[in-house]
Amino acid sequence: MSLDQATVARIAHLARIRVAPDEAEALQKDLQDILAFVEQLGEVNTDDVPPMTSVTPQALRWRTDKVTDGKKADQVLANAPEQASGFYAVPRVVE
Amino acid sequence: MTTHPVLKGDTGDWEMVIGLEVHAQVISEAKLFSGSATEFGSAPNSQVSLVDAAMPGMLPVINEKCIEQAVRTGLGLKAEINKFSVFDRKNYFYADLPQGYQISQYLQPIVGKGEIVLDLPDGETRTVGITRLHLEQDAGKSLHDQDPTRTFVDLNRSGVALMEIVSEPDLRGPEEAAAYLRKLRAILRYLGTCDGNMEEGSMRCDVNISVRKVGDNEYGTRCEVKNVNSIRYVMAAIDYEARRQIDHIEDGGTVVQETRLWDTGRGETRPMRDKEEAHDYRYFPDPDLLPLEFDDAFIDGIRATLPELPDEKKERFVTHYGLSVYDAGVLVAERARADFYEAVVSGGPNGRRDPKICANWVITELFGALNKGGHDIDESPITADQLGGLVDLITDDTISGRIAKDVFAEMLETGHDAAAIVDAKGLRQVTDTGAIEGEIDTVLAANQDKVAEYKGGKQKLFGFFVGQVMKATQGKANPKLVNEILRSKLDG
Amino acid sequence: MTELNHLTISEALDGLAKGDFTSAELTRANLLAMEEARALNAFVTETPERAMSMAMASDDRRRAGEARPLDGIPIAVKDLYCTEGIRTMAGSHILEGFTPTYESTVTANLWRDGAVLLGKTNLDEFAMGSSNTTSYFGEVHNPWTLAEEPDARLVPGGSSGGSAACVAARIATASTGTDTGGSIRQPASFCGIVGMKPTYGRCSRWGIVAFASSLDQAGPMTRSVRDAALMLTSMAGFDPKDSTSVDRTVPDYAAALTGDIRGLKIGVPKEYRVDKMPPEIEILWQQGVEWMKAAGAEIVDVSLPHTKYALPAYYIVAPAEASSNLARYDGVRYGLRVPGNSLIEMYENTRAEGFGQEVKRRVMIGTYVLSAGYYDAYYLKAQKLRTLIARDFEAAYEKCDLLLTPTAPSTAFKVGDKQDDPIAMYLNDVFTVPANLAGLPGISVPAGLGADGAPLGLQLVGQAFEEETLFRAAGVLEEAAGFTATPALMVGEGA
Repeated sequence: MSLDQATVARIAHLARIRVAPDEAEALQKDLQDILAFVEQLGEVNTDDVPPMTSVTPQALRWRTDKVTDGKKADQVLANAPEQASGFYAVPRVVE
Repeated sequence: MTTHPVLKGDTGDWEMVIGLEVHAQVISEAKLFSGSATEFGSAPNSQVSLVDAAMPGMLPVINEKCIEQAVRTGLGLKAEINKFSVFDRKNYFYADLPQGYQISQYLQPIVGKGEIVLDLPDGETRTVGITRLHLEQDAGKSLHDQDPTRTFVDLNRSGVALMEIVSEPDLRGPEEAAAYLRKLRAILRYLGTCDGNMEEGSMRCDVNISVRKVGDNEYGTRCEVKNVNSIRYVMAAIDYEARRQIDHIEDGGTVVQETRLWDTGRGETRPMRDKEEAHDYRYFPDPDLLPLEFDDAFIDGIRATLPELPDEKKERFVTHYGLSVYDAGVLVAERARADFYEAVVSGGPNGRRDPKICANWVITELFGALNKGGHDIDESPITADQLGGLVDLITDDTISGRIAKDVFAEMLETGHDAAAIVDAKGLRQVTDTGAIEGEIDTVLAANQDKVAEYKGGKQKLFGFFVGQVMKATQGKANPKLVNEILRSKLDG
Repeated sequence: MTELNHLTISEALDGLAKGDFTSAELTRANLLAMEEARALNAFVTETPERAMSMAMASDDRRRAGEARPLDGIPIAVKDLYCTEGIRTMAGSHILEGFTPTYESTVTANLWRDGAVLLGKTNLDEFAMGSSNTTSYFGEVHNPWTLAEEPDARLVPGGSSGGSAACVAARIATASTGTDTGGSIRQPASFCGIVGMKPTYGRCSRWGIVAFASSLDQAGPMTRSVRDAALMLTSMAGFDPKDSTSVDRTVPDYAAALTGDIRGLKIGVPKEYRVDKMPPEIEILWQQGVEWMKAAGAEIVDVSLPHTKYALPAYYIVAPAEASSNLARYDGVRYGLRVPGNSLIEMYENTRAEGFGQEVKRRVMIGTYVLSAGYYDAYYLKAQKLRTLIARDFEAAYEKCDLLLTPTAPSTAFKVGDKQDDPIAMYLNDVFTVPANLAGLPGISVPAGLGADGAPLGLQLVGQAFEEETLFRAAGVLEEAAGFTATPALMVGEGA
C-alpha cells in the first residue's frame, strides 16, 4: 500500500489537522508502515464471518421518555474558549 | 394513468424527477440520547445536557419513545419494520455538531420500504414509494447574523430525535411534491409522531431533483436543494431548479452533482459556499451503542394503538356517509377536521345527523370562513355541537337554509348557539298554512297581470311568486309549504 | 512498623479499623512520598487539600462507626477520568485547562466507598501509547532501574504509566487505570505491580475520556491481588448512563480469594510463543505453569489460531474509533482554541497544536481506514477478525477455565527506545490486546525479575464475567511467585 502525499493531505484535511510541510514526510512514512503492518489481515479468509457488533451479548437498553437533564447552561458553557450572550462563539461561517 | 407535467425547452420536452428527504422531528419529551427537553424556543443552551454538548466521556442512552414513534410512523407508511437495526456515526465537522459526528442509521435503518398514496388536485391518487425511515440526532443551531465577525452556536436542538424519511425518485413535479408533503404531514399528525410544523422547523425538506428528456429511462444528474422549509417554497424551488438545469443543459452545459441552498429572499437556488469539500462521512457502527433490537410483540403492541389513517378514513366517509370522494378527501386531510365533522354528524336528537348536510356545512361554510380568516379548525369560534344545533334547526324545518346562513354568520361573530339566535331574532320559520295562504292570496291579488301571464303558459313566473311570498314573510315562510300552496292555487 | 505509604489496601484497612493510625496520617504519608518522588513525573495534578479533607471526613465516619469498604484509602486516579472541579486533560494539550463539572461513575463509586483522592496521574496522550512518553506533560519514569545502568531511566509502560509508577514507588496505596489494549496490564508488568482489566461492560465508561469505545475498560492497579479485588468491588457496577454497561450484581471479589485452585483447568496457548521473545520470559511462563500445577490446577494446551492477527486488527479498530471519538476536540466548547481566519482554519490550527504526534498518527490512520473505498478492506475486515479471535477464546474455554500467558514480551525498556518506530512500540501489546478485542477480563501479576533486574508479570485471562475465578487463580499465582523485590526509586524503606 503506498500512501502518497496527496492522500496524506486529504486525510489530514478530513481529520481537520493542519500538517506542516516539514511534518508531512515523516507522517507519510509512519502511516505507510502502519498500513503495511495491518495489511496482513488480508491473509485470512473472512468471507463467511460476520463482523463483531458488540463483545457484550446483550441488546440495547432503552430509557424512559422523561426530562431529567438540561437547565445547566452555566455548566455547559463553563469551559468555553469564547462565549457571548449564552451562545458559544466561533469564527464567522459563511454559508 | 396520470400524465406528468412537462417542461418545454428549446430542444424538446423535459420531465422532472424528484425525491424528497424529509426530516421530521419526533414528538417526545426528551431527546434521542439524553434527558434534556425538546421544547421549542427556550433560552440559548438551556436545554442542553453534558451529553448534548459532547463533553469528554459522555455517552448516549436511547429514548424508548423515539423508537416507538419511528415504528409507529413506519406502520403508518405501510413499511417494513426492521427488528434489528444499527446506529452509525456520520463523521463531519461543524460548529453546531458537538460530537464531530451525528448518530444516525446508515446501512440498517429501523424502517425499510413503504408507500404513500398521493391525493392529486384532479381527484386522482398515485402511490409513491418510501425508500426508508431512520432515526438520527438533530444538530444545534448556528446563528450567523448576530455579530459581524462571529457565528453563535446554540445547542438546544442538539440531540433532538429526527426521523429522516426518504422517498423514491417517484415524484414528477411541484404539484406532486406538494401533495406528497401534505399527505406525509397528515399521516405524521394522525399518528402523533411529528407536529409537521414547517415554519418552526419541526418538519424540514431537502429536495433531490434532476431532469431528463421525456421518454428517457436514465436519470439525469441530480442536485440536492437544502433548506426548503415550506410547501410553497418546495414548489418554487423545484420550478426554479428544474428550469435552471434545463437551461444549463440546453446551453451545452452539464449538471454537476452538488448541494444547493434555497434562497427564500431571492427565490432561487445557489451552490453552498461553505461546502464540506470532500463528502466522506466515514460511517461506522457507533461503538457506544449496541444494535437496536425488538420483537414482533413490540410492533404488534404499537400496531394495536394505530389510529385510523387518512386513506382508510376517506374510504369510510365515502362508503359509510355517502360523501363524494372529493368532500371526504377535504375532511380527512387533517385529523382535527375529520374529527370535527364526525362530531357534528354523530350528535343531534337521533345521534346521527344527515352526513351530507353536515359535510356541506362543515366544508363550504365553516372551512370557507376559517380559511378566509386564516384560522385552523381548533381555532373555530363555532363548536361541533353548535354547528350540529344549526343543522338540526334546518332539518326539523325550524329555519330555512337561507336563514341558516344568516344565523351561521351571527354564530361566527358571537359564538352563540343557533337556537338562541333564532329565538332572539324571531327567525323561526312560518309553518302555519293559514298564515302562508293569506300572504299568497295577497301576492296573487296584487299581481293579477302576472297570474294571467302564468296561466297563459309563462311557467317560469312561478319563481317570481315564490320570491314575492318569501319577501313578504321576511324569508321565514317554509319554502316547501309556499311551493305547495302556490301550486294548488295557480295550477288547481 | 512498616511506613504507612508502603501498606497495601487490606493492611491499611486493618490498621485503620484497629485505630493504629488515621486516614489523615496515612494520606499525609502518601502526600509526602508524592512530593519526594516528583522526579518520576507520575502526577499531573496533585490534590493535597482535597486529599486531607477527604481523609478527615473519612476519619469522622470511622469514629462514628460508619466506615465504608474503602474508607480512608488514598488512591491516585488516571487523568483520563473526569473529576468534578479538578482539571482533567487526558495528557493532551487540546484539553488545556478543562475542568469537568461532573464526576466519572467509577471515581464516584470509589468516593462513595470512602476512598481518598491524592491526585491525577500522568498517562500517554488520550491513553495512546505503551511507554507513557506521549504525554503533553512529559514522560513518566519507572521507579525500577537496571542493575547494570542504575542511572538510565526506564519507561513505566503505558498508557497508565503514572498510575503504575506511583503505586510501585509507594506514593499511592492504589490507583485506577484504563485498559484499551493493555494499558493497565503492561505497565503493571513493567512496574512490578498488579493490574487488572475487567470484562468489557463491568465498569462504567461514563465520564472517562474515550479512546476506543468498544475496547476501553477501567480497572485497578495495586500492590496485591487482594487489593485489586477490593478496588474492583467498589469500581464495578451497572450504570444506566452507559449503554454498554452490563446489569449484573457485583460480587465481593475479595471473598473469591480462597487460595484453592485444585481442579481448575489452566490453558496455555501455544501461539503466545512469539518470535524473538527473550528466553527469560519463556522460562518465567514455564515457571508459572509449574506453580499452578503444584497448586492443583490442571494444565491444558490450547490453541488460539488467530492470535497473530489481534494486533493488526487492534491497530485498525482502535484508531478508527479514536478518530471519531476525538472529533469533539475542536476548540468550540472546551479546551484549547488556536485562532484561525475561518472555522475550518480554527479547527485545523487547534487540532494541529493540541494533539501530539502519536495521536495525530492514530487519528489519521483511523480516518483513512474509515474513508470511502477503504472501509471494507480495513475496518470491516478487522471487525471480522475480532469475531474470529473471540471464537478462538470460546473454543479454548471449552477446554479450560483460564489462560496463562506472559503479560508483555519484554521488561521495561529505556526512555527513548522504540520512539522512532511505531510498530516496535505497538508490539508491546501483543499479549494483552486479544483480551480487549474479545472483551475478556485479564490480570497481570508480578512474577519475577528479568536478567536486567526489572520486573516481569504473568497474565491470566478469564472468561467473560468470571472475575472471581480470575482473582482466585491470580491469588495463588501471587502467593507462589512470592514477589517481594522493590524498585530502586521507591519512597521509604518498607518493612
